[in-house]
Amino acid sequence: MIRLALWLLGALVLAGIVHLTTVLLLPRMATQDAYARVSAIAPVNSVIPIPGPTPEKAVMPFMDPAFQVSVCRYDLSRGALKFSVPISQAYTSVSFYTRSDVAYYAINDRAAGRRVIELDLMTAAQRAALPENEEITAADRLIVTSPTNTGLIVIRALAPEVGWVPAVRTALASAQCRPQ
Amino acid sequence: MKLADSSCYTGRSNGYATGPNVRLLFGTVFALAIAAMAGLGATWMALTRGSAYGGVTIGAWTGWPKNGTSGIDPYARAMVARTGELPVGSGDGVAFYARTDDAGQPLDGRCDVLLSGTTPQARFWTLTLYDPEGRLVANSAQRQGFTSQEIVRNADGSFDILVGPRARPGNWLPTGGVDKYLLVLRLYDTPIGMASRTGSEAPMPSVTKRACL
Repeated sequence: MIRLALWLLGALVLAGIVHLTTVLLLPRMATQDAYARVSAIAPVNSVIPIPGPTPEKAVMPFMDPAFQVSVCRYDLSRGALKFSVPISQAYTSVSFYTRSDVAYYAINDRAAGRRVIELDLMTAAQRAALPENEEITAADRLIVTSPTNTGLIVIRALAPEVGWVPAVRTALASAQCRPQ
Repeated sequence: MKLADSSCYTGRSNGYATGPNVRLLFGTVFALAIAAMAGLGATWMALTRGSAYGGVTIGAWTGWPKNGTSGIDPYARAMVARTGELPVGSGDGVAFYARTDDAGQPLDGRCDVLLSGTTPQARFWTLTLYDPEGRLVANSAQRQGFTSQEIVRNADGSFDILVGPRARPGNWLPTGGVDKYLLVLRLYDTPIGMASRTGSEAPMPSVTKRACL
């Protein structure tokens, strides 16, 4: 009886380890996560529009159909990126995701406070390597530090009514994401 | 050759036939089997049933503002990796999910459900209907949701949205007659989120089930 209980206890401890390991490993093993889905259609370091969701087809689940979305799949291994997008009439936001789909930073048009959301994206090492004098001019420059070399910049612009879609698309079309 | 193989085999099985070894073998197999089943089962349950972890629940609605930050918990990370969605960044907005009505009954596309009230303060909000896998639901009206600007409001600024299979005057959100769906209310540019863990005072629309087909 005691022997059985001991085996059971061992089994449960092992089960706990299996559970935690799979939960922690899953984000790294996933082949159909958002980054992988976007990678299939987006070249590196350029902005491309993501087709809006329809009942038949969507790049990702749970996309908001009221928004027009563009994505820049970035790779900082060759250097920092400059990003800019003109804000559209209603609402524009820019969200940053790591390679494993963690939203580490997001900014909207009001927080940016200008007609154009402009920023520099770099790794912590690249930021540390900025020359001193550039660090001073950096005061009026928004610098976003990416925790990973690769990831996604997702630009979302709201079309509050269907008639707004063309204007919103035009604004998104002039978004830029290029190496410095 | 044959002879050597079989003798080798019987030799091994004889070894296992002695008491403690058999028990050890069965015990190990038993423990490993339970560990694999229970461990993977727990993972599967945690990732498919939706975590109640760190969520802000207001009536029928639950949101996970932390999922839009680098403080996202490992369960939510695994879930996001599995479904392939991108969580709404916290500087962008917050998403609230309703899978049941206020009485706790699962949302059924063959029934009429009335959403009524107001939302917390936000510059814009959108309401969208999805199937449980996060796909939009096809319907003859080609409407999958509303934005705060499209909605017809009452004189006091509140709104009523009827979610159901049959066309209605006013704000009608068609369900396409699917048996299971969920509603997602996304608040953009809103003070609701990390700062206000006391989300329970925020007003969210009530979700009331009415007649079924």
